[in-house]
Amino acid sequence: MTAETISEGRTGSDFWDGVRLSMPVVVASAPFAVLFGAIAVDNGFSVLEAFLMSAMIYGGASQMVGIELFGQHVAPWLIVLSIFAVNFRHVLYSAGIGRRIAHWPLLQQAAGYFILTDPQFAIAEARAESGRPVGFVWYLGLGLPVYVFWVIESGLGAVFGKMIPDTHALGIDFLLPIYFLGLVLGFRKRPLWAPVVAASAVASIIAYRTVGSPWHVSIGAIAGVLLAVILPPHHSGVGKRP
Amino acid sequence: MSTTFWIILAGAVATYLTRVGGHLVISRFDTIHPRVEAGLNAVPAAVLTTLVAPELLHAGPAEWAALIVTVLVSLRGGLMAMFLAGAAVLILARQFIG
Repeated sequence: MTAETISEGRTGSDFWDGVRLSMPVVVASAPFAVLFGAIAVDNGFSVLEAFLMSAMIYGGASQMVGIELFGQHVAPWLIVLSIFAVNFRHVLYSAGIGRRIAHWPLLQQAAGYFILTDPQFAIAEARAESGRPVGFVWYLGLGLPVYVFWVIESGLGAVFGKMIPDTHALGIDFLLPIYFLGLVLGFRKRPLWAPVVAASAVASIIAYRTVGSPWHVSIGAIAGVLLAVILPPHHSGVGKRP
Repeated sequence: MSTTFWIILAGAVATYLTRVGGHLVISRFDTIHPRVEAGLNAVPAAVLTTLVAPELLHAGPAEWAALIVTVLVSLRGGLMAMFLAGAAVLILARQFIG
């Protein structure tokens, strides 16, 4: 075997490693993609527009909020601002993941940031933490199936939305919190995990009650991050002298 | 072009700015202070927690049962096992409790 075929085989298996990890994300996001498509058409979007929104924005919660406001005939700039507000947490993701993918060529980085969703960030961070490299091919294997299924299922929901059965009995409204709880628990071995989770939980609940949604996400997140910044760095396991 | 299209396009640009913005700010600095690095390491737990915590305010017995099972399964299983177990408990419980 030549060196070239070895590296090619490695690249292929990197891709499929990513695809394997994407499967839970595909399963968990499927109901929301279909639901989004159905609600979009219900609120006056065409099938093409629902499809385009999923393909271009690719952020479930912000799409739901946008479509809800659109249905209530809210001013366009306010809809865009709300989408921005819901997605603001990604600023923290991109600051965090930048350290892992800075060695990629510029175009690959540009594409990488486009598909930087909650699970994409969480799973890539977990890989970096375990000491393995976050390569573009692996990252694409993780993100591409999620993106393709998200966009197609949105279109299907837009076309066949009227046929969706009782969403409450199917638990669709609560599937995402379960999934996100799973992602949070995946990081429980990190230094400061429990205090950060506690700070973010308390702050986000208080902000949810006072300031309101979607700002509780950014406020709660900043509370957790600030706690880690304020505590002496040795608690976080960084900055150790060799 | 319709208003809807422009809303989608502007929403897409705004979203991309959030997905690349944090990196653009951080990459302007040559070295990352240990405290900043500690903050960045806290990002997954800090952000993802805020997507779960407020849901506890209106969680009923079915929802609590699902979350507790999710935590229990997380002690041994992976993400897929956690999610499927939690979802199964939720759907099952809702058939009886509503």
